[in-house]
Amino acid sequence: MLKFAKNYMESIEGIATYPMISLLIFFVFFVLLFWWVLSASKEHIKEVSEIPLEEDNNQNNPLL
Amino acid sequence: MEVQQFYYDNKIVKKFLYATMFWGIVGMSVGLLLAFMFLFPNLTDGISWLSFGRLRPLHTNAVIFAFVGNAIFAGVYYSTQRLLKARMFSDGLSNFNFWGWQAIIFAAAITLPLGYTTSKEYAELEWPIDLAIAVVWVAFGWNLIGTMLKRRQRHLYVAIWFYLATFVTVAVLHIFNSLAIPVSALKSYSVYAGVQDALVQWWYGHNAVAFFLTTPFLGLMYYFVPKAANRPIYSYRLSIVHFWSLIFIYIWAGPHHLLYSALPEWAQNLGVAFSIMLIAPSWGGMINGLLTLRGAWDKVRTDATLKFMVVAITGYGMATFEGPMLSLKNVNAIAHFSDWIIAHVHVGALAWNGFLTFGMIYWLVPRMCKTELYSKGLANFHFWIGTLGIILYALPMYVAGFTQALMWKEFNPDGTLAYGNFLETVNEIIPMYWMRAIGGSLYIVGAIVMIYNVVSTIKKGSAVEDELAEAAALTKVSKRRTSGETFHTWLERKPVQLSILATIAILIGGIIQIVPTILVKSNIPTISSVKPYTPLELEGRDLYIREGCVGCHSQMIRPFRSEVERYGEYAKAGEFIYDHPFLWGSKRTGPDLLRVGGKYSDNWHLNHMYDPQSTSSGSIMPAYQWLIKNEHKRDDINGKMRAMVALGVPYTEEEVANAKQLMDAQALKIEKNLYSDPDFAKVYEADKKDAEANGERFVPMRDREIVALIAYLQRLGTDIKIKGKTETISQNR
Repeated sequence: MLKFAKNYMESIEGIATYPMISLLIFFVFFVLLFWWVLSASKEHIKEVSEIPLEEDNNQNNPLL
Repeated sequence: MEVQQFYYDNKIVKKFLYATMFWGIVGMSVGLLLAFMFLFPNLTDGISWLSFGRLRPLHTNAVIFAFVGNAIFAGVYYSTQRLLKARMFSDGLSNFNFWGWQAIIFAAAITLPLGYTTSKEYAELEWPIDLAIAVVWVAFGWNLIGTMLKRRQRHLYVAIWFYLATFVTVAVLHIFNSLAIPVSALKSYSVYAGVQDALVQWWYGHNAVAFFLTTPFLGLMYYFVPKAANRPIYSYRLSIVHFWSLIFIYIWAGPHHLLYSALPEWAQNLGVAFSIMLIAPSWGGMINGLLTLRGAWDKVRTDATLKFMVVAITGYGMATFEGPMLSLKNVNAIAHFSDWIIAHVHVGALAWNGFLTFGMIYWLVPRMCKTELYSKGLANFHFWIGTLGIILYALPMYVAGFTQALMWKEFNPDGTLAYGNFLETVNEIIPMYWMRAIGGSLYIVGAIVMIYNVVSTIKKGSAVEDELAEAAALTKVSKRRTSGETFHTWLERKPVQLSILATIAILIGGIIQIVPTILVKSNIPTISSVKPYTPLELEGRDLYIREGCVGCHSQMIRPFRSEVERYGEYAKAGEFIYDHPFLWGSKRTGPDLLRVGGKYSDNWHLNHMYDPQSTSSGSIMPAYQWLIKNEHKRDDINGKMRAMVALGVPYTEEEVANAKQLMDAQALKIEKNLYSDPDFAKVYEADKKDAEANGERFVPMRDREIVALIAYLQRLGTDIKIKGKTETISQNR
């Protein structure tokens, strides 16, 4: 089974760089993600998170 | 600032809500019928279009695409308009989406029972319907993105991102998995074969769960839970992380459906690693949903909507914890092919999708009719009977799964299997199948009570079809406002850029997994003794596909001592190179069939199909008597073989030209074999005389469907079985 997997890998040229590339993609992706999230301003987050509740003041929702 | 007045389209939401309730009852009822067929296998005796193998895909498709699908559209159309402060982009597209989708469901409800199926799970529909799905899906996406472009709310709320990712990913998955060569109006062959077909199918299958049953529902959760609780989501920052990490990681996890199979090990391990990682975003989302109720738990005691949502989110948490655990190879070795998986998917379907849909319906209907719910008592009754139904469904299936795994793998001290007869396990778990059927019944009773409650509510209220709203139009964003804006804040008001980035995030995983397996074709070790199917076997294989045998029988022997002992030599990738589509299966209600060829006589197969209980006492396989009476088709065999040639199956020109003669010769041989049984000869000759006496047309045995099926079954797994076992093994290790 293992040999079988190895055969697969061996025939791809420059296979050694693959793990490195994958690691980099992941690392960069999540670093950027957390940078976005943490750098967002508090007011902005509050404003956006209240979007679904906005139309409750609407006259069409007499029950709420 | 100019304030504009406009109307929300409630009519389209109402249509989808009715559709989800209607198809929900249909899909669940078919499921219940199937549950009772485990107890009374010949419940629909002799009716081919109500047989288990054909109804199973109808159940899964109806529940996923009709019940959940319509619920998605209802929720998306309601929340999108309000989150973007705009009517849907085009009423025409909305209605096209609705009627097109119902037409597709209707086509599925007709073709699947008639046996038109590709056999690929959750993608069983044949190619013309696949094309229709693509068109309707694009109309949905066009409408969604169009609405974003004419919105009056600058920032796109997180629910919208989930809808967008759903649209993009389902489109990509559907197109690539459905690639097939048509041979006739309702028959096609997958362009992929064997291992590659399996990988593409489960990349699709897993992500159908991810991007059809999960991401749109998470979007609905992010809208309807805050609405029902009347407070914003617990952490909006967490929801951003939830979204990006979920869509980025989910797409890689497909190969966990193929652990210990003939799929290359690197792909299996990649699938496992990403499946484990999935716990993080999934649980982040669950916690975000549940903690939204912080400080509002008193409401949960009285509000049926919130009760349903809490159980739905809890079910999501349970299923997404269980999923990664099931992806661990040692757990998967036990759970795969067993009823554990049935329990797992039903926790997801009944609790997460079902209960969130019910919660949404109980919240939406009174608001859209400007009234209160007809009966809170009935809604509470629905909640409790539904919850009890889920528990009574899932728990026995877990017990059944463990029982199967323990019994299948039990050895005697002398090295033989303790339960060598597969039926011993089946008989042991019949009580569990009873409990499951009762649990399912309770769940449906709850859904019917809901429909009564909803109908009464609608009667009592007055429907608001076009709801008036007002909001200021968007103005150009000034330079001054955007200075110091972070990337994500910018992204949140750019729908097109957001779509592109989401597409990139989901494509990375797909490409890295799929492309090497498709391109590095030469690396699937070929086994010289593996030859294409003969024309008669090919026709038999199509019958095997038509009857949905793959729903209960796997063709994948994993490299375990217990499986090799029970079924024979484990499966090799090279054995499946001519299998368009692959038929590995995902459930063993009956035994594996990969090496069934040559195990029984031709007569045994005939008798078994006619009356399974006569050859295998206590079997729960239904009879397939029409196979023994009907004539098999030969007129399109040349077309079928030519399609196979186009896909790289090495049939010679001569073989294709002489296909009918080849079929006849092989069929004649099988007929002769059948004659060796005096009982068969007696009954058959009597039938023939009878037909002659009555002047009826008599179909000789060699022209009947059963002969083609026997040819296929007797061929299964024999390519590497006939000659020196050791030689073939050494070629593949």
